[in-house]
Amino acid sequence: MLMRAAVAGDEAAYRVLLEQLSQLLRGVVRRGFAGVGVARDDVEDVVQDVLLAIHLKRHTWDPAMPLGPWVLAITRNKMIDGLRRRGRRPEIAIDLQQFDIEGEDPQTSIDAYDVQRVLSSLSDRNRDIVQSISIDGHSARDVADRLGMTEVAVRVALHRSLKSLADMYQEKAE
Amino acid sequence: MKTDDLIKALAADAKSVEPPIARTLAIAVGAGALLSLIGFMMALGPRPDFFELLSTSVRYTFKLIVMLSVAIPAFFLVRGLSRPDFKPDGSLWWLALAPALLLLGIALELASVPADTWHARMIGHNSFYCMTIIPILSLAPFVAVLYALKSGAPTYPTIAGAIGGVLSAGIGATLYASHCPDDSPLFVALWYPVGFAVMTILGALVGSRFLRW
Repeated sequence: MLMRAAVAGDEAAYRVLLEQLSQLLRGVVRRGFAGVGVARDDVEDVVQDVLLAIHLKRHTWDPAMPLGPWVLAITRNKMIDGLRRRGRRPEIAIDLQQFDIEGEDPQTSIDAYDVQRVLSSLSDRNRDIVQSISIDGHSARDVADRLGMTEVAVRVALHRSLKSLADMYQEKAE
Repeated sequence: MKTDDLIKALAADAKSVEPPIARTLAIAVGAGALLSLIGFMMALGPRPDFFELLSTSVRYTFKLIVMLSVAIPAFFLVRGLSRPDFKPDGSLWWLALAPALLLLGIALELASVPADTWHARMIGHNSFYCMTIIPILSLAPFVAVLYALKSGAPTYPTIAGAIGGVLSAGIGATLYASHCPDDSPLFVALWYPVGFAVMTILGALVGSRFLRW
């Protein structure tokens, strides 16, 4: 229901859906990685990657089909990407488990750090737009007024920036 | 960036949704096929007695049906493969339809014409054109389909690309078949698959690089 509203462009319904999904995803990814011994930051990293993919690929969901299998298929793909990004093959990952127990140290925040780097790779204006809307919670309208842009231009810049975030994840996985 | 912040950014981008992937693919296939058709009509065209042949020549009609029996199932498969939740299932068997029809055609051909004409019928007169023109006529649909697939989210990018190649070759081969004077199923079975193989391999190569998301 929510996804149908979301695909129709309803911001509020979409936000509720993404919040619910992110909680579900956190559990799924954590359980999926349980035997592999992946640090907490990595779980959150994959959750964000999945949310981005759900967002950018939501037109590949067929409203006649249940949402669950579609979300889980994306999650599965992104978990595999997540393991690749960590530079390990899923099959040998279990052997590395003991190293990951030390995973609470700052070294494992590397992916969180990378997101900052991705953000900093955006142009100043685009980074400003993404941060104002996400971290400061401003509306596209407010940001447009502040920057002297049209609201449409702000939305386009936001969309482009989200795409480059997703591309950055993908490049790291290859 | 915290996940909750990301969600705020995604929600603010709620209105950016692309058209449904099935529609994008249908338009791409239609546009690619149309472009090939126009090029085909200008450079080659179907045999002059096209409509008469459809009602009088079993072999001519049969080869068109075989080519369409590749293109149509390939379209539906590509549509499935463009989604992340596609599971390889029984629908893959539809790809066996054309080879099965062709085998049947070969059996009937061997039973109905004298053995000393088999070789000449199989070699035909236009094998070189057949192998080169099919990939050329496939090019426009190929680019269109692969580009449309890029907007999808295939879990199996290599297979999606390969079936995209099969689909484009199916379109190219249907056009070429209407032009080619060699109608024997023996000729069709020997030379047409070369064009299909070229486009399938090309699709797999392009898919494995270009269709990751």
